[in-house]
Amino acid sequence: MPAVQETVERVRRIDVDQYRYGFETVIESDKAPKGLSEDTVRFISAKKDEPAWMLEWRLEAFRRWLTMTEPTWARVNYPKIDYQDLYYYAAPKPKKTLSSIDEIDPVILKTYEKLGIPLREVAILEGVEPPAGGEQTPSRKIAVDAVFDSVSVATTFKAELKKAGVIFMPISEAIREHPELVQKYLGTVVPTSDNYFATLNSAVFSDGSFVYVPPGVRCPMELSTYFRINERNTGQFERTLIIADKGSYVSYLEGCTAPQRDENQLHAAVVELVALDDAEIKYSTVQNWYPGNSEGKGGIYNFVTKRGDCRGRNSKISWTQVETGSAITWKYPSCILRGDNSSGEFYSIAISNGFQQVDSGTKMIHLGKNTSSRIISKGIAAGKSQNTYRGLVSAHRKATGARNYTACDSLLIGDKCGAHTVPYVEAKNSSATFEHEATTSKISEDVLFYCIQRGLSQEEAVGLVVNGFVKDVLQQLPMEFAVEAQKLISISLEGSVG
Amino acid sequence: MNVVAKTETGRALGDAFAVVRDRLPGKGKIADQRRAAFEAYERAGLPHRRIEDWKYTDLRVLMREVLPLAPAPDVAALSRAAAAVKAHGIDDAVRLVLVDGAFAPDLSDLGKLEKGLSIRALREVLDGGDGALSEQAFTSDTTNPMIALNSAMATDGVVIEVANGTVLGKPLHVVHVASGAAPVAMFTRSLLRLGRDTGATLVESYLAAEGAKAYQAHDGLVVAIGDNARLDHVRFVEDTVDAFNISSATVTLGAHAHFNTFGMTTGGHVSRYELTVACAGEHSKVETNGVNLINGKQHADTTLFMDHAVPNCASREIFRAVVDDRAHSVFQGRIIVRPDAQKTDAKMMTRALLLSDDAEADNKPELEIFADDVTCGHGATTGALDESLLFYMRARGLPEKEAQALLIQAFVGEAIETIASDALREVAIATARRWLEARA
Repeated sequence: MPAVQETVERVRRIDVDQYRYGFETVIESDKAPKGLSEDTVRFISAKKDEPAWMLEWRLEAFRRWLTMTEPTWARVNYPKIDYQDLYYYAAPKPKKTLSSIDEIDPVILKTYEKLGIPLREVAILEGVEPPAGGEQTPSRKIAVDAVFDSVSVATTFKAELKKAGVIFMPISEAIREHPELVQKYLGTVVPTSDNYFATLNSAVFSDGSFVYVPPGVRCPMELSTYFRINERNTGQFERTLIIADKGSYVSYLEGCTAPQRDENQLHAAVVELVALDDAEIKYSTVQNWYPGNSEGKGGIYNFVTKRGDCRGRNSKISWTQVETGSAITWKYPSCILRGDNSSGEFYSIAISNGFQQVDSGTKMIHLGKNTSSRIISKGIAAGKSQNTYRGLVSAHRKATGARNYTACDSLLIGDKCGAHTVPYVEAKNSSATFEHEATTSKISEDVLFYCIQRGLSQEEAVGLVVNGFVKDVLQQLPMEFAVEAQKLISISLEGSVG
Repeated sequence: MNVVAKTETGRALGDAFAVVRDRLPGKGKIADQRRAAFEAYERAGLPHRRIEDWKYTDLRVLMREVLPLAPAPDVAALSRAAAAVKAHGIDDAVRLVLVDGAFAPDLSDLGKLEKGLSIRALREVLDGGDGALSEQAFTSDTTNPMIALNSAMATDGVVIEVANGTVLGKPLHVVHVASGAAPVAMFTRSLLRLGRDTGATLVESYLAAEGAKAYQAHDGLVVAIGDNARLDHVRFVEDTVDAFNISSATVTLGAHAHFNTFGMTTGGHVSRYELTVACAGEHSKVETNGVNLINGKQHADTTLFMDHAVPNCASREIFRAVVDDRAHSVFQGRIIVRPDAQKTDAKMMTRALLLSDDAEADNKPELEIFADDVTCGHGATTGALDESLLFYMRARGLPEKEAQALLIQAFVGEAIETIASDALREVAIATARRWLEARA
């Protein structure tokens, strides 16, 4: 059946024409010469004041990248990217060395304020009422690392996090200050040779966030990174590395926006997560890059490699993504379930409009014993967009007792768009139990029956169940996004197809 | 991948094609088509895992090379084949036998055909210069290298026509036999044309004579189902355990037509069956079902492409795989709903049962939807036999193997039940039972 009117209205409200973050900040910036060569890599490394091993690592990646060819298997179409026609490094010109947040260029501060991301250490975000009569709880605080083009401009709450033992800083700083940690983990989840865009990133990444949570520590606040591409013709290549040591917990949020421009811009990030024994990482993304205009002109190419490694026993990694932006999205946040009893989750809402193309999904690779994973994906295609879910679930020979549940629904609004589902289900162990379900009524008949018996309609009951899965993760998102994300979640499932 | 793969064996095959080209039936346009198809195959070479559709069935690793073309069967080959055909006969069917890729009229029932039914060998049709029929038999996709190779090399096959308004009483049984004196490849291409308001049942069997060596059976079937016609199609792959079976079927349906197909694979070392079904007329209905029962080192791949091009059609797919020992089962199913195909109702369910820790099952059920007013769904599950059910039965005194057999029978039963003909359903059940008994 076709989508209901309410859903159509809601999706229209987030159409490409409604992009609210498309303004440009006029600021003088420091750029690497256009183009890509070993010199560019050396330039970036020198800018970051990096040790020799890091430069070597980058150069090795660059040499490998030269031998690779751009992959073409995804269901996305775009003109060939001229990698020599890009700036690989752009940083707002610093007036002097900064000693505190107050000294940051007010123009940049204003930019982030405009985006709703306060860089001052304020406890609550604007527009959010503190709980009636209650004290402000510390858990409402969010530490922000703001990445502007190629550099991190500010990281808040560093001192308070340090007290808890948590390291949260730009990765360029971490390379200098904690080389032992970076060397031990960088490239162990996404090796430099992983894929075309990850290898490119390894060679030219300029900044990103680094998080280390020591054993037994529950990170006292949400950590978040806000990525902003501002400069023209600039690619953003950030690299995030999060390590949750034994028994620790961290929740991390990522937001991204860019100005409205006619040309396409490349964003090729790498995110690596490592969870050791009993550790848990929650990673949430609200991807709101500029999607291009209503004629399909401009927009960000979002070619991202995100992977989490559940390295320890009983570890857990959960990905949540709300995707509304980008001209092209090509990413598969994945979990390698290496440790016994580890679990991975992937919750995704991908909404495409205008001429957007989305080829996204996840990979759950079961290696350890009794590992479990859950995939809930909702794709909504409107306008002339193409929305593809591509997911892999695989159990290797030794993954005894592996368990997966996958549900992916797509919704089409209008007859000019397409929604596609491409799941790969590979089992090499007889005790692996995999279920891939694309019909909403199969979530759990018992639960649905219970709800319906108490007067809810089938639709309401399904909505309730899906919300139950996703809500607790979504509530962790910054308020600015949470409201929007909640709205997206509440989009009716009526009329959804496999 | 646009890499031109010129391997040693590739060159050998090219030379072989140059030699046999002039002896293959069909002149003029058909000969040109063969040459174009062979060039298309040569450009791609044997498909490998980096080609998305062949991700799980890498013929460069599994098959390595295309064997030399089988010679025409001699008297000894025909008599060996006759014995094999006799053992696999289906009661009261019109039997059409292809031995080593050549139509064998002496082993076939060509006398007293029902009214409105015409059966000829493909070679005869091609040599007779029936342009329209020949072209229809060769309208296949050259983007698929194995179908292209089949188009280039096909030596023979059967061309069956059912005239408008004819409902056949007897099933047609096409038997592909490898006489098996030497390791060879056979290439067959058949065409079935059902006119308006017709009804027919087609059974296909792939088997080998006693003591057959490793051979390759490459088969292509083209089916056109007219308006308001119904075809029931059942297919048994019972090749020897070191044989290759690379087959395809391309089916188009007219309006209000009904196509019910069931495939069962128990034989073959490596088998690949590519079924493409296109609904070209409104209100047509397609049921595609299959069972793979494999063990040892068998590799069985079923790849389905369901194309909904017009509105108001329905399709159902039920697929079951039972995988034992080190066997590998692959199911790829793609449903495409084109922009105008509103009110399409498509459902696909694929389930795999792994009986051993070394067994592997890969499922790739795909949906590609361009219309917004449709109901489409797919599901896929993989798992072992339910321990609690096994325990229940064993507690009631059933030996483990028997309990397993019962559960497996129930598991595949759901797909077998879809066969419309009672007699053919019994044949499928018997085949499944034989497989289970051999296991015990």
